[in-house]
Amino acid sequence: MKDFDYAAPTALEEAVALLAQHNGSAKILAGGTDIIVQLREGLKDADVVVDVKKIPELTELKYSTESELSMGASVPCYRLYESPEIVSAYGAVTDSARIIGGWQIQSRASVGGNLCNSSPAADSIPSLIAHHAVAHIVGPNGSREVPVTEFCTAPGKNVLEPGELLVKITLPAPVSKSASAYLRFIPRNEMDIAVAGVGSWVKLSEDGGTITDARIGVCAVSATPQFAEEASAFLAGKPATDETFAAAGELAKKVASPIDDMRGTVEYRIHLIGVLTKRTLNIACERAKDN
Amino acid sequence: MAKKQVVTSNINGEEVEFLCKPQQSLLEVLRDELDLTGAKEGCNNGNCGACTVMLNGHPVNSCLVLGVEAEGAEITTVESIAEGGELHPLQQCFLEDAALQCGICTPGFLVAAKALLEKNPDATEHDIRFNLANNLCRCTGYDKIVKAVQNCQTQSKEAVSP
Repeated sequence: MKDFDYAAPTALEEAVALLAQHNGSAKILAGGTDIIVQLREGLKDADVVVDVKKIPELTELKYSTESELSMGASVPCYRLYESPEIVSAYGAVTDSARIIGGWQIQSRASVGGNLCNSSPAADSIPSLIAHHAVAHIVGPNGSREVPVTEFCTAPGKNVLEPGELLVKITLPAPVSKSASAYLRFIPRNEMDIAVAGVGSWVKLSEDGGTITDARIGVCAVSATPQFAEEASAFLAGKPATDETFAAAGELAKKVASPIDDMRGTVEYRIHLIGVLTKRTLNIACERAKDN
Repeated sequence: MAKKQVVTSNINGEEVEFLCKPQQSLLEVLRDELDLTGAKEGCNNGNCGACTVMLNGHPVNSCLVLGVEAEGAEITTVESIAEGGELHPLQQCFLEDAALQCGICTPGFLVAAKALLEKNPDATEHDIRFNLANNLCRCTGYDKIVKAVQNCQTQSKEAVSP
């Protein structure tokens, strides 16, 4: 690996100052599962690596049933799925966290890092989109908030300006009879990159028979993960049935504009979005009945 | 040229101070600076798990940790599994069940499987396969590894309730 300096600031202001001082040549280290590989393989360069895991705001995970979920940008995946309350209220996010790499990766990798790495196939991003998540950013010019839907701009690219840092991601508090689920398709059982992925969130009527609100996010079928707006809007007021889920799947396919590559063809990926939308809606509705 | 940094960690129960460059991975530090060669370099990018060690109680790929990140951390490696010259029951099961051929993946499997059995003594076959998915083996076809872990489970249960 090319030579670089290492800094582990303990305060947010210190990290922002360091990033500003290095004007784009500093790279942020959270779980390291992407950036260390990228530095080693020469895909990215850094004069200084800024380890953000000693900054309280980035390691804090806050949740109670009445309040939103606030997830520091460097909180590792296992902390999410080891919390039964988070699993119940934000199932799609914990479904994602459980399948990003394997156990060793999940001990270190964070959802914040998955978002900032901005892969088109990032498993956590459809789930964040489904949950209306907001990215909280600080930088030399202060702080700003960006909906996760607008965060990624191209493969590996996002709205972060040089010197800016993702601090946390917030997801609105759960409402009664709501739940979510994420599924991806890969040719093996674990440890692979999504051929296509879908995260679905639903809210049901009190009797559980009707969907009153829904949001669907998809990944690996376009340059950035997408919000399937038309499919989501279609679901409001519809009965929670297999026919409804299938119809939403057909609409979700409209946002898919995938590429052909070694993982799958265009046709196959579009087909998968329909199937995974149907299945995640089904799981989310089943989970919502108990919430 | 980045300067070497002094890092203090607890490794296998002992306070250890070492010097490392920021770009050295924890795996490189363990193997090249501290002579703990149990953790192996396989892929060096987080796929194969041959370099698995425990970092503050969690299994990690030591090739994806910087040595400098280990400041103040508690690390255990495969070297700590056998105690006083006695193999750990899991190691004994790996031997008896022929859960290894070339052996490169074995240290990583032992560290991860031991962590799994400590966390979830009742792990099902599915749990074992799911949690060991970050460990690759190109010799055994995994079946013998899974069976060795299951046999270790059975033995430790029999030991508790004869």
